[in-house]
Amino acid sequence: MKAPAFGYIQPKTVDDALECLQQHGSDATVLAGGQSLMASLNMRLSNPAVLIDINDIDELSGINMVENRLRIGAMTRQAELEHSTLVSQHAPLITMVIPHIAHPAIRNRGTIGGSIVFADPAAELPACMVALNGQMVAQGPDGERRITATEFFQDLFETALADNELLTAIEIPVADENQRFGFRELTRRHGDYAIVGLCASSDWSSDDLTELRLAYFNVGPRPILAEQTASDICRNWRQEQNGMSLDRLDGELDPPDDLNATSAMRVHLAKVLTRRVLKEWRS
Amino acid sequence: MSDSLAVLMGESEISLTVNGESVSERVPVRRNLADFLRLDLGLTGTHVGCEHGVCGACTIRLDGRIVRSCLILAIQTDGKRVDTIEGLSDDGHLEDLQAAFHARNGLQCGFCTPGILLTAAELIETHPDANREQIRVFLSGNYCRCTGYHAIVDAIESVVRSGQEKREP
Repeated sequence: MKAPAFGYIQPKTVDDALECLQQHGSDATVLAGGQSLMASLNMRLSNPAVLIDINDIDELSGINMVENRLRIGAMTRQAELEHSTLVSQHAPLITMVIPHIAHPAIRNRGTIGGSIVFADPAAELPACMVALNGQMVAQGPDGERRITATEFFQDLFETALADNELLTAIEIPVADENQRFGFRELTRRHGDYAIVGLCASSDWSSDDLTELRLAYFNVGPRPILAEQTASDICRNWRQEQNGMSLDRLDGELDPPDDLNATSAMRVHLAKVLTRRVLKEWRS
Repeated sequence: MSDSLAVLMGESEISLTVNGESVSERVPVRRNLADFLRLDLGLTGTHVGCEHGVCGACTIRLDGRIVRSCLILAIQTDGKRVDTIEGLSDDGHLEDLQAAFHARNGLQCGFCTPGILLTAAELIETHPDANREQIRVFLSGNYCRCTGYHAIVDAIESVVRSGQEKREP
C-alpha cells in the first residue's frame, strides 16, 4: 500500500526540532531512520498529521568518548555502530548485537535512537541498553535530562520520553577488561525479530561472577531485567558446575502466547539461552 | 520562524542526482523513493514487492550504500545521489555479477534480481573474502521465490573467488 498524506518538516538543528515538537505535539511523529515507521505508514498502521524528519540534523550523529562514557548520537546509523572500533572496544555487546538486527540495507539506514524510541519489545537494542545500564539523553524545552534504560522502557511501544522531548544521545558506561558480555537470540530466519532473546553483562574482577545483568526481550511488553535470577546465578556460580537451576525465571518472566510460541515455551527457551551464555563464560 | 520549520503539504520540489544525471521534479510529499523512481522517472528496474522493507526487491544505492527505496521518502533524497540497477548496469559496475548470474542460472523470473545484484555488489565491496555462510547472511533480506537461492549463492561465490584470484594469482 501507499502512505497516507501527511505534512513534512525537515529541521536542521536540535533547537528547531524541539520547536517543531512544541508546536505540533502529539500530532507529530519524529522520522529517524524510518525502517519501522515508513513500513507502518505504507501499511497505514499509523497516520501522523506531521512528520518531523531529523535525518538532516548533523549534531545528532557520531560516536565519541565523554569522560568514562561512550556517547552515541541518536541518529547514528546501525551500520556505523557495527563497524566502529570505539564501539567494539568500549561497548562490545553492541557490536555483538547489531548484526542480528534485520539486514545490511536496513542497518545502513536504521538508527540506534530510532530503535530505542520505537521500543519494540522484540527488538535487540532496547534490551542491550538495559543490560549495559545505558542512559538515554533526552532534550526538551527545559533542557536536558538523563533517563536510565530500565526506567526509559515503560510499556509496549511506550517510553519515558515526553511528546515535546527528543532523544539526542545514548551514553554507555565504558566496559573494562573484567567485564564479559553475552548475546543470544532464537529466530526463525536470520534478521527476523527474535522469538526470545537475551543480552547479558557481568563483572569478573573478583575472579568470580558478579554484577550479572540479564535483559530478556520479546518475553513481555518491554525488556525484562531478571534481577532475582541473576543474583541466584551469582550466588550459586561456584557450587553448581553441572546445570544451574533457573527456576526463578518462571516467576520473573511472564511472556504472552503468540503464533511462534506459547508462554511456557518462551520461558523454556529463555532458560536455554541463559545456559548457553553461562556455558560460554564458564569455558 | 525559519524556513526549515514550515510544514510542507501536498507537493514539493526536489533536486538530486540519479545514475549520474541531475534531476529536478515536483513530488508528492508522501511519495516513497521506489515509486518516484518508477512512476516519475520511468526507471522500472527497481521493483516494488512488499512495500514494507521485507522483500528487498526495491534495493537501491543512496549516497553509495544500499537501502530499501520503499522505506525512504523521495523528498528525503533532495541533494543526494541515488544509483539504481539501470545506472550500475550501464556503467559496467555489475558486469561480473551479471555474467555469473547468467552462467549459473542465478535467476528465473528476475523480479528479485536487481535488488540481489545491488546487495551482492555491496557484499563484495565490504567483504571481499566472504564465504558461503556470509553470503547467505548478507542476502537474508532479499527474497527469491524461484531459485531456492543455491544458484544465487554459487554465482556470488564465483565472483568472490575470481576477485581473490585476481588479487593473489
